[in-house]
Amino acid sequence: MPAALFYWQTGDRMGSKTPLYDSHVRSGARIVDFGGWDMPLHYGSQKEEHHAVRNKAGMFDVSHMTIVDLKGERARDFLRYLVANDVARLKEYGKALYTCMLNEAGGVIDDLIVYYLADDDYRIVVNAATRDKDLAWIRKQAEAFGVSISERAELAMIAVQGPEARKLAAPVIPEQHREAALALKPFFGMAAGDFFVARTGYTGEDGWEILMPAREAPAVWDRLLATGVEPCGLGARDTLRLEAAMNLYGSDMDETISPLESGLGWTVAWEPADRDFIGRAALETEKARTDRRRFVGLLLEDKGVLRNHMKVVVDGIGEGEITSGGFSPTLDRSIALARVPAGDYDSAKVDVRGKLLNVRIVKPPFVRNGKACIDI
Amino acid sequence: MSELPGDLLYTNDHEWLRQEGDGIVVVGITEHAATALGDLVYVELPEVGQDVDAGGEMAVVESVKAASDVYAPIAGSVTEVNEELADDPEKINADPYGDGWIVKMQVAELDESELMSPDAYQKLLDELDD
Repeated sequence: MPAALFYWQTGDRMGSKTPLYDSHVRSGARIVDFGGWDMPLHYGSQKEEHHAVRNKAGMFDVSHMTIVDLKGERARDFLRYLVANDVARLKEYGKALYTCMLNEAGGVIDDLIVYYLADDDYRIVVNAATRDKDLAWIRKQAEAFGVSISERAELAMIAVQGPEARKLAAPVIPEQHREAALALKPFFGMAAGDFFVARTGYTGEDGWEILMPAREAPAVWDRLLATGVEPCGLGARDTLRLEAAMNLYGSDMDETISPLESGLGWTVAWEPADRDFIGRAALETEKARTDRRRFVGLLLEDKGVLRNHMKVVVDGIGEGEITSGGFSPTLDRSIALARVPAGDYDSAKVDVRGKLLNVRIVKPPFVRNGKACIDI
Repeated sequence: MSELPGDLLYTNDHEWLRQEGDGIVVVGITEHAATALGDLVYVELPEVGQDVDAGGEMAVVESVKAASDVYAPIAGSVTEVNEELADDPEKINADPYGDGWIVKMQVAELDESELMSPDAYQKLLDELDD
């Protein structure tokens, strides 16, 4: 890849910068380090950004995420071996699949999205913080399959999310592809000239993730600003995904935890039984166990705020831990995702700085498409 | 960031203190602290009558992203808490030196040399910006 394309990656004591870094600074962003990247935390009010996405439209710079193209005659066979969900389910152009990439022990190396472009052509998007280990793992596993692995670091990515997101963002899609982009069904993507548009996201709202050449990103960002799309930082991204109960790698699951104990059992394709994928044997063993921990939602009944790593106490049964906790601006209550002991119970207590507060066990998600999914 | 109120004293922990006479002082957190925390969503207040040591935990302010202790700037006894923060913690973001006050305390004596003048606190903030 030509070195000039990496102009925004400084590599010195400063973090890496996306092509939109200057746009963020201009909009008054509070910049924080996120996995080695200088990213916007918020532009003034995290809560207002959160509400903008639930009620209208907000945009996130997610250019730090790692985009990788996999090509080759055996690309499909390779992905069927590499990840726990089955890409053979993907039959239509552009269809997306959410999946975990496991180690032999069934632990999660990363979670990712796979877009199907052709039997010999797939695009995947993995997390930024796990980039190096992911690429090393994928390259190592790919050797036997003769699949080419190309990182697309020259692409920027903007997620535009909210009930009005697609309407407001349509003008930034190259004109000859605009109609097709607007017709995309949920969880489909498509090439649009040198852009790529997908009806996916990480907020529980409708919207697009738009990939584009880095040099075009600042102009696209400015046009979206001008149409009234609110710039949103990583803070709102986290509260939105927590309400939508979308897992965060490194918090809700990691290499020591399987998808079965992370609320991601639905992403494991057990059929066909003869498909061999990395981690399958370990997952089969774990699946047979009856003492597997539950992955649940918690709603705080008392005043306070649940936070990551707080202890969950289930009387007479045992203890668990909050994997993601925080405040839900939509519900105006504190909510959490937690890994708790097996058993049939619908309430528990959480140790909040020495006080045991009452929580109700709920089935996630908490919020989808602007509406509460649980009774308050 | 707007100018610091000149009639307050400040601490290293980004709290402010206003003397109301008769040994009563009002305590809150500075605009710098409120901005750094972000939108506040919950405030845990002490009991009225509670005695606190200088530097002891007195309240907790929680934003969308983090929880932070509020320390007693000097020793004293809590005489009043800002009950309105229970329903509207964002008062602290909106008006940190006014409606966003947190606790009133009765103190025996106030040694101003233990605290910072507006000028001294401004200097601290300027250094943080560098």
